[in-house]
Amino acid sequence: MGAGGNTRTEGFPSGIVGVGLAEIERQIPLDEPPPLAPNAALAVIGKSIPRHNGRAKVTGAIRYTVDVTLPGMLYGRILRASLPHARIRALDIGAALRHPEVLAVSLVVQPGDSDAAIVRYIGAPLAAVAARSASAAEEAAALIHVDYEPLPFVVDLDEARAAGAPVVYPAAAAPRGDASGYPAPAGLPINGNVRGPAIEGRGDMAQGWAQADIVLDSDYRTEVQTHCCLEPHAILADWRPDGLTVYMSTQFTSGVRRELAQAFGLPLNDVRVIVDGMGGGFGSKSMLGNYGRIAVGLSRQARAPVRIVLDRAEEQVDSGNRPGTWQRLRIGARRDGSLTAISLSGYGTAGVGLGAGLGNMAQALYVCPNFGAAQHDVFTNAGPGCAMRGPGNTPGAWGLEQSIDELAERLALDPLALRDRIDPSAARREERRIGAERIGWRRRQPPGADRGPVKRGLGVAQSLWGANVQTNSACEVRLMRDGSLEVLSSVQDIGTGITTVLAQVVAEVFGRPPEAIRVRIGDTEFPAGPPSHGSRTTASITPPARTAAWRVLQALLRDVAPALNVAAADLIARDGRILVRDRPDHGMRFEEAAALLRTDRISEVAARSDDYGGFRHRMGDSAQALEDLGGVQFAEVAVDTETGVIRVERVVAIQDCGRPMNPLQIESQVQGGVLMGISYALFENRIIDRHTGRMVNPNLEQYKVIGPRETPAIEVIALENYHGQSATDAYGIAEPANIATAPAIGNAVYNAIGVRLRNLPMTPAAVLAALGKLPARG
Amino acid sequence: MSLPSDPSSNRAAAPGLSRRSFLQGSALATAGAAVLGVASSMTADAESDPDRDLRLVGLEAVSMTLNVNGTARILQIEPRMTLAETLRGPMELTGTKIACNRGSCSACTVWLDGAPVCACMMLTIDVGARNVTTIEGLAQHDKLHPVQAAFIEHDALQCGFCTPGMVMSCAALLNRLPHPSAADVHAAISGHVCRCGTYPHVIAATLAAAAPSDG
Repeated sequence: MGAGGNTRTEGFPSGIVGVGLAEIERQIPLDEPPPLAPNAALAVIGKSIPRHNGRAKVTGAIRYTVDVTLPGMLYGRILRASLPHARIRALDIGAALRHPEVLAVSLVVQPGDSDAAIVRYIGAPLAAVAARSASAAEEAAALIHVDYEPLPFVVDLDEARAAGAPVVYPAAAAPRGDASGYPAPAGLPINGNVRGPAIEGRGDMAQGWAQADIVLDSDYRTEVQTHCCLEPHAILADWRPDGLTVYMSTQFTSGVRRELAQAFGLPLNDVRVIVDGMGGGFGSKSMLGNYGRIAVGLSRQARAPVRIVLDRAEEQVDSGNRPGTWQRLRIGARRDGSLTAISLSGYGTAGVGLGAGLGNMAQALYVCPNFGAAQHDVFTNAGPGCAMRGPGNTPGAWGLEQSIDELAERLALDPLALRDRIDPSAARREERRIGAERIGWRRRQPPGADRGPVKRGLGVAQSLWGANVQTNSACEVRLMRDGSLEVLSSVQDIGTGITTVLAQVVAEVFGRPPEAIRVRIGDTEFPAGPPSHGSRTTASITPPARTAAWRVLQALLRDVAPALNVAAADLIARDGRILVRDRPDHGMRFEEAAALLRTDRISEVAARSDDYGGFRHRMGDSAQALEDLGGVQFAEVAVDTETGVIRVERVVAIQDCGRPMNPLQIESQVQGGVLMGISYALFENRIIDRHTGRMVNPNLEQYKVIGPRETPAIEVIALENYHGQSATDAYGIAEPANIATAPAIGNAVYNAIGVRLRNLPMTPAAVLAALGKLPARG
Repeated sequence: MSLPSDPSSNRAAAPGLSRRSFLQGSALATAGAAVLGVASSMTADAESDPDRDLRLVGLEAVSMTLNVNGTARILQIEPRMTLAETLRGPMELTGTKIACNRGSCSACTVWLDGAPVCACMMLTIDVGARNVTTIEGLAQHDKLHPVQAAFIEHDALQCGFCTPGMVMSCAALLNRLPHPSAADVHAAISGHVCRCGTYPHVIAATLAAAAPSDG
């Protein structure tokens, strides 16, 4: 794109609003629009436009996957393993097949001697049925007789690491991994249940330790967090001779289409994936999943549409989770605060899956010439983990940002002053300044200074997240002869609000109100959009949306120019009119202009071009912008030292997403990230009974999720940070908003009580134990 | 849930759901049958002999009239069906969501004679003659309820899956308490789970919806 000299030079705004804007020159493709002005000069972009599908959501009209029905639809039900590790000697499906309302039964495991007969966690799918009603499907699944040969199992991270622990996988059967997760590159050695180490490093560690005046050596632990999307994982599969249509609650319609095509040997154009309302994913709905594959298989077998909706217990055990981690973090520093060495040793468990690492916080947040990491995945007999809001960096930040806080205290430096010395990011420097002012950082007292039983504290922590871009992202914009406009892409709105943002982008180009733009997304019949994971939706799809809209506008202006006796280049679209640039009284209404189109409808498709100035890193369809996204969060807590209850009273979150497209929606999303972070810090814990291998809290009441009563005041400030890197210069917000919250609270708790809690969640019992008022739990 | 022995179970009474009555109903439902309270007008001597107005129903579907959003509809209902299942299934009112199906997230909140209840925790046949209001019945024709309008204005929704239940609880609060405090709103939605984290905007929206003229 833009290769072969088809570029022109443009000057883009660059820098942080409030700090200083400069102009940066970029080479951009000839067929892309001119630079977008800073938000202050725009009509629609950067404004708090109400959510496009808000009315449909508050009236219950929007259709989620669980709301879609088709004529003749069957209900699928999965029979799941009730032992954590077992060989399935036989599966008797005879009675299920004879059930009068059953139309299909399929096996997921293959009973016998091979590894395909082994189940490795409670809740693993064994078989599935499709029946005429949900209750019949449940009945029939219960009629399947399973002959188990129990095998020894282990569900605890530490026990699984120990010598002689029951082995989850023989080496040949273990997942091989790929390069997409931490620390799951392919080809790592496996020893017992431990896979790794994945080694990363730079510099000279011995020299780094030798240069240190002070070395901190701490370990930190995080527990498994489950996604708890309110809409369960759901699919309605409709296999027909002329093609497969799938309605699915998914974060990635075009990715699921690709998976389905591969899994069922279909050409891409025979597979259609649709999602309208999407009830939350948080990383757990990016893939087809075992339930998706099962539903499509049952539909093919039964020759009827089949719906599978997981119930809440299935959600909790087999729809993914954020892995639990243990890390040992050592940091060496000089007296002036400069870091000389960081070493990270990590062991995490994603159950039977991979990807339980600690991200790149320790590696990349601060300037430190010498770094070494050895990270390991530990297999346990528990449901597989998957990406969850800021995977890796969220547990990574829990350790790093507390150690940095500790280092500041040991060096008698303010935690903000220390970060000013070691953090190279200009964005975070400004975020620290803004946040310190907002939270009243000067009020911060020495640790444990409050005299009464309820002690208050202030803490700060930072986040790092790549500014991800999906280059395989395209968008179509259409203009009709009556002036109506629509924007189309397979991109899905998982609740983050891309529907509204797309309308804003197109509206800005045409000088139309955003509510006049019809947004048609969530359907692979439209140009392939990006996944909604890795905080990349806005960065990936808004530039091609603006580009396509701009090209359509150029075509319109060419048709209109003769009527106004000017050159097309002299025309602009503004306030519902097509105007001559320097004679705003000379022009016509937008609808009059559209009526001059030669055909009923004109249309342009644009793809995401590379960032102007290039990417820092690229692999396949996924790339990273030159600069990372950063955020800084401040927390104020009150700790009751008699009950051990931590109350988060206030959070100030300052986040960077490049150009903020819709401040109100950004505020919503950052509040959500903060609340998920508080929940992670204080409440959430998937508890598996180590004697039975069974999750004891597979629901939404004993698995504790933050509610309204625990919600503090949350102030959100979005930095306006321009780089001149794309047609919109917008990047993501979802994940960086979640990463810093737990350590900010941890640091605030330390500041309150003078004792540091290094394990999550920080329950009242943990607080009392840390204060020496309860025996610590073994 | 109206028990036949409870003479106060008419439309004017607050439709409270006691733990005891729930356990009784659900235990019977598990067995595949349930006890149906017959309208007291049909049994004049009900108070003297509570057992006289009991009749056993199920396993098969039974016919009943369900009053939803101002319209009475005759339905064939399996006694084990929850109100949430009936609304989403035969009634095709899919705005009511099922997220936990055990009363711990409140996504399925509807009104029973104006009071919010979890539709996943109530058997349809126990609704009796009471009026059910769902999210689809909240707006008057095309005019949104003030809480709905405020939810849009304050962006009190993200994925939207908890939103119908959240709206029903907040609107019920304003019916009961036209000028609530923030703490009142916290209490009114304390049973709701929103994984997207909309609570701050839900509270702001509900307070804003209450603010203008209450005549």
